[in-house]
Amino acid sequence: MGTIVSVKNVSKIFPVGKNLFGKPDKFVHAVNDVSFDIQEGETFSVVGESGCGKSTTGRLIDHLLIPDSGEIWFEGKDISKLSENEMRPLRKDIQMIFQDPAGSLNPRMRVEDLVEEPLLIHTNLSKEERMKIVHELLETVGLSAKHAKRYPHEFSGGQKQRIGIARALTVRPKLIIADEPISALDVSIQAQVLNLLHELQQKFNLTYMFISHDLSVVEMISDRIAVMYLGFVVETAPKEMLYKNPSHPYTQALLSAVPIPDPGHQKERIILEGDIPSTINLPKGCPFAARCKMCKPECLETRPTPKEIEPGHIVSCHLFK
Amino acid sequence: MVQEKLLTVNKLRTEFFQNKKTSVTAINEISFDIGKGEILGLVGESGCGKSVTSLSIMRLLNFTSGKVTKGEVIFDGKDLQKLSEKEMREIRGGKMSMIFQEPMSSLNPAMRIDKQMIEGIRLHTNLSKQEARERAAKILQQVGIPDPERVLKNYPHQLSGGMSQRVMIAMAMSCNPQLLIADEPTTALDVTIQAQILELMKKIQQEEGMSILLITHDLGVVAEMCTRVIVMYAGEIVEEAPVEVLFNNPTHPYTEGLIASVPKLGSGVKVLPSIPGSVPDLSMLPKGCRFAPRCKYATERCHNEEPDLFEVSEHQKCRCWLRDPHAGVPQEGKEEK
Repeated sequence: MGTIVSVKNVSKIFPVGKNLFGKPDKFVHAVNDVSFDIQEGETFSVVGESGCGKSTTGRLIDHLLIPDSGEIWFEGKDISKLSENEMRPLRKDIQMIFQDPAGSLNPRMRVEDLVEEPLLIHTNLSKEERMKIVHELLETVGLSAKHAKRYPHEFSGGQKQRIGIARALTVRPKLIIADEPISALDVSIQAQVLNLLHELQQKFNLTYMFISHDLSVVEMISDRIAVMYLGFVVETAPKEMLYKNPSHPYTQALLSAVPIPDPGHQKERIILEGDIPSTINLPKGCPFAARCKMCKPECLETRPTPKEIEPGHIVSCHLFK
Repeated sequence: MVQEKLLTVNKLRTEFFQNKKTSVTAINEISFDIGKGEILGLVGESGCGKSVTSLSIMRLLNFTSGKVTKGEVIFDGKDLQKLSEKEMREIRGGKMSMIFQEPMSSLNPAMRIDKQMIEGIRLHTNLSKQEARERAAKILQQVGIPDPERVLKNYPHQLSGGMSQRVMIAMAMSCNPQLLIADEPTTALDVTIQAQILELMKKIQQEEGMSILLITHDLGVVAEMCTRVIVMYAGEIVEEAPVEVLFNNPTHPYTEGLIASVPKLGSGVKVLPSIPGSVPDLSMLPKGCRFAPRCKYATERCHNEEPDLFEVSEHQKCRCWLRDPHAGVPQEGKEEK
């Protein structure tokens, strides 16, 4: 098992607002100094609340966005500075699955054309060969060849997501970035799609980067997890460590806020005060300091650096020296 | 525990008309009641009729092609279906109020918060503008907004999602309602904000002693908030039970499947049991039990005859042939798992 993706001190800033001369005067600091590695064959999850930069991170790795600083290595190659043309051959190795299955399928294309499209771009196969792959894939994701001639609107949400997954798989990618792939689906359908993703990972030896806000789903599917807050990664750990020994105060609060579907369950709940601060004016010290119960004077002054508290368990918090 | 009933819904049916002749029955003869001071959960997947139920109770279907074609809704001794629009308007926002999923789109974007809140309060009370404003500020404080004066002067877009949902709750609470209908109140919010809002709703409910009809798809939220739960599937109630009973001993195969398919924190499973297939189209319902095509226990009878809502025990009802009290023989299936 080698490292497939390596994200090194990546930051991304979006300009918002304009001053008198038409120059941007405010910046959203979407991703700040983020570093992590994704190992081949594992499921690496990024969790956090809305606006924490998890989707932006996914898009940076897929080269849909270019980082403002830092490097992104994919299979031993720095892809962050590649041009669109240089990136194209690599595109087939990194595929994405999006949250809104309806919005990511062209409503005027038939399912077979949708799934075939990546093959047209990336391969020189004949029409018959392409169709054979398409029909096989539809079977693999739990649809059948009879669905191939239909249009996206004829499918339910779960089925549309299956089409999205088939489309991502056509070119045999190495890495799949799944951005909230099940949050738009109903509970009983979520389980179906999660199981499908798990099955496909075994079958095609895929690496997943799984972006989600739902900690119970993440626990099920992941090997390692990074928790993001305000564009920073605050804690990275293998799944077991993160859930048994959540160390960053934010991770603790996040875990305790998850409603448990068991009425007999008693737990200590940490209710966070206030809202997530804006990413336009980043706090000077620790990003979480304003809502943290353990906040000390130094938290407001200096930004904590990542520390390894047990093997593979990295926390950015002044509580750990 | 005998509770006084606040709201009784009796065989309510709502249909949506495509034209004069063809219609789709969104909810089919559902009956339930809510006791005073009770939090009743209404769970189900999209399209099962949860929101239509709440809109039918509130008589807010006028702007859609939907119409209540059968049944009655008795609130506080009055049949709401028979009231005039004027009488209904007094109840809406007064004794009975509602909060919606999208706090942002439920507030008027062109009005400051104070104006929106004062409007509602003055519609139902005789307070002067100044008094109404003071009341608004007081309620905002109650729902955990630190500086109500500033929020009152804001427009909705200046508030975050959690803040606007607090404002919505404050507005709904402003006339001391007896019943609050909350339609997916936390679905659009982040988990930490969801925890804040749920805590708040619980606190207000205990202080004011009001009843809540909580509509949600999230079983975790149900387990934490509700005393009793109704499960809906394809426009019908399939199971009704107190919350502990529902989670520990679900009797309907759909409820069982739904609870099993939710990933639980700390359970360590890799593959979830899932319900095959998807929710049927309401215009093309299967013959017999509506859940039969997806049910692993389905028998010949399930595909042909529609089951009634059988009483399993004193507090638990279930719409499944496996629970037919007249069948006599104990049913297999449950043990087979």
